[in-house]
Amino acid sequence: MSFAIRNRATGKSGYRPTLVLAVLAAVLAAGFLANLALGATRVPLPDVLGALSGTSEPGPLATIVTDVRLPRALLACVVGAGLALVGAVLQALVRNPLADPFLLGISSGASTGAVLVLVLGVTAIPMAGGAFLGSLLALVAVYAMAGRGSAMTTGRLVLSGVAIQYILSACTSLLLVLSPQNEHLRAILFWTLGGLGGARWSQLWLPAVVLGVGLVLLLALARPLDLLLAGEEGAAALGLDTARFRAAVFVLASLVTAFLVTVSGAIGFVGLMVPHAARMLVGASHRLLLPVSALGGAAFLVVADLGTRLVTAPEEIPVGVLTALTGGPFFLWLLRRGRRNEGGMT
Amino acid sequence: MNGLFGGGTSPAALRVEGLCYSVGDRQLLDGATLVAHPGETVGLVGTNGSGKTTLLRCIYGALRPDGGRVLLDGADTASLGAKPRARRIAAVPQENGASFGLTAREVAAMGRSPHKRFWEPDDAGDAALVEAALEHTGADRLASLPFDALSGGEKQRTLLARALAQQPALLVLDEPTNHLDVRHQLDLLTLLAGLATTCLLALHDLNLAAYFCDRLYVLDGGRMVAEGPPSEVLTEELLAEVYGVRAEVGRHPSTGAPTVVYLPGGEASGGS
Repeated sequence: MSFAIRNRATGKSGYRPTLVLAVLAAVLAAGFLANLALGATRVPLPDVLGALSGTSEPGPLATIVTDVRLPRALLACVVGAGLALVGAVLQALVRNPLADPFLLGISSGASTGAVLVLVLGVTAIPMAGGAFLGSLLALVAVYAMAGRGSAMTTGRLVLSGVAIQYILSACTSLLLVLSPQNEHLRAILFWTLGGLGGARWSQLWLPAVVLGVGLVLLLALARPLDLLLAGEEGAAALGLDTARFRAAVFVLASLVTAFLVTVSGAIGFVGLMVPHAARMLVGASHRLLLPVSALGGAAFLVVADLGTRLVTAPEEIPVGVLTALTGGPFFLWLLRRGRRNEGGMT
Repeated sequence: MNGLFGGGTSPAALRVEGLCYSVGDRQLLDGATLVAHPGETVGLVGTNGSGKTTLLRCIYGALRPDGGRVLLDGADTASLGAKPRARRIAAVPQENGASFGLTAREVAAMGRSPHKRFWEPDDAGDAALVEAALEHTGADRLASLPFDALSGGEKQRTLLARALAQQPALLVLDEPTNHLDVRHQLDLLTLLAGLATTCLLALHDLNLAAYFCDRLYVLDGGRMVAEGPPSEVLTEELLAEVYGVRAEVGRHPSTGAPTVVYLPGGEASGGS
């Protein structure tokens, strides 16, 4: 009965996933505290802890921690976790490890939708609603263009995503030029580059709730997500209505992406790199892959956000630029690796 | 051993009545009819494009036929949802794409899905069934390896273990011996023929079909053109008519099964 002591989901020995989760949680905690302490103004760790627990005296340092850095670090957690979660799910939906909300144009769709709502001044639709419609449309377009089943190759998928991204960024530029108001410029630039600066407590709860709900729902769907990896025929023979399931999860993924993009702009490559690394650590079974991806994504973006403040201090670079600088080469490496190991990629 | 995979499900009777399916103006199935009695191993043979795969896909639910019915123990499977159907019918399809580094054990464990609610984890009973299925198909030693890294024969054994873990009343296999060497073909078919479950399998190799199947159906242009025990179905006339080849059909002195020897050179008369 050797299987009893194995983790049945992964076939790997049982302590491995626990260890991975513990290490990621430790990295997240350390990165989180560093994110609160470091920056243009250094806040000593005792003062950070004091501000967090509310025991320190009110002052400029405590204000920096609780009003500026804490909401920003929490936003980094939510956005990082969400992007990695959506990336992992998209990779299963299109059965391709090169999927990511940014690469597939979903993030661009969301920002174009949000910008459109902003520029047109439509008050009936909230910004997130525009972002949701934009992301869903982009996802459906990419999926339709890339073809389904065996017709969907890596090349077609990535090219479709790139094409949609071009079209959408052209639309955003057009809106920018046509927009009569100058203050839209900053907002549009923010959505295009992706950043966590200017995070406020008031905008934190909505994406956090959406992420929480999305995480719970997707964890509940871990089993059918696994079945998608068996291919169209296999999934059907195993009792999954693939068309209906895909459509439902597409909507869910677009929804989560939309709420993330509304508050952070289009931050690329987190959803590509983190699930991939998570899969190497704990295997492809979604019951473990999803929580590990979410935790890893949170840790990654918290650390990346700290990097944007430290690397070019006192200037601050948008976090989307940093993730693209690390994610671009990673993507190229994945492509190269895929060519050598064609079975795993196409 | 087989009782374990029966698991309360006794082998089912399959009855396919007048199945039609077309894509555009191409009629892939044109009133195909077939019967498999409980516990039988039934072979489906025919040329490329004769509709074998389409017929099997209609039976395991990947396709919805345009007309006709698929009855399992007399009940129309069209009225079943995807999941209840998968509890009774398991399939080993031809396509088995990449699996993102899932291990062979994880792939086999997917077979428990139709018996579970989406959020319900596998319990010790499921794990035992999966392990037994892997052992039965000889894939237990591969179980911890990534599925993508397995050879063709090893993949087939893993997928068969997945199908057995489904505890089906009917097992449908689409050319399970494709890409396998002779030894692995024989191993796999011996295993299938020994299962208590009703088996329907598409096969290319007529000699293997003749030896391992209780009865054969010959599909040509989406219609059944012959059916019966291999010794009655596999005749020189039929091979000429359906496959357009000249062949000599004998009876093997030690196995007693019909043997087909193809004669190269010249098309057979009556060939299409």
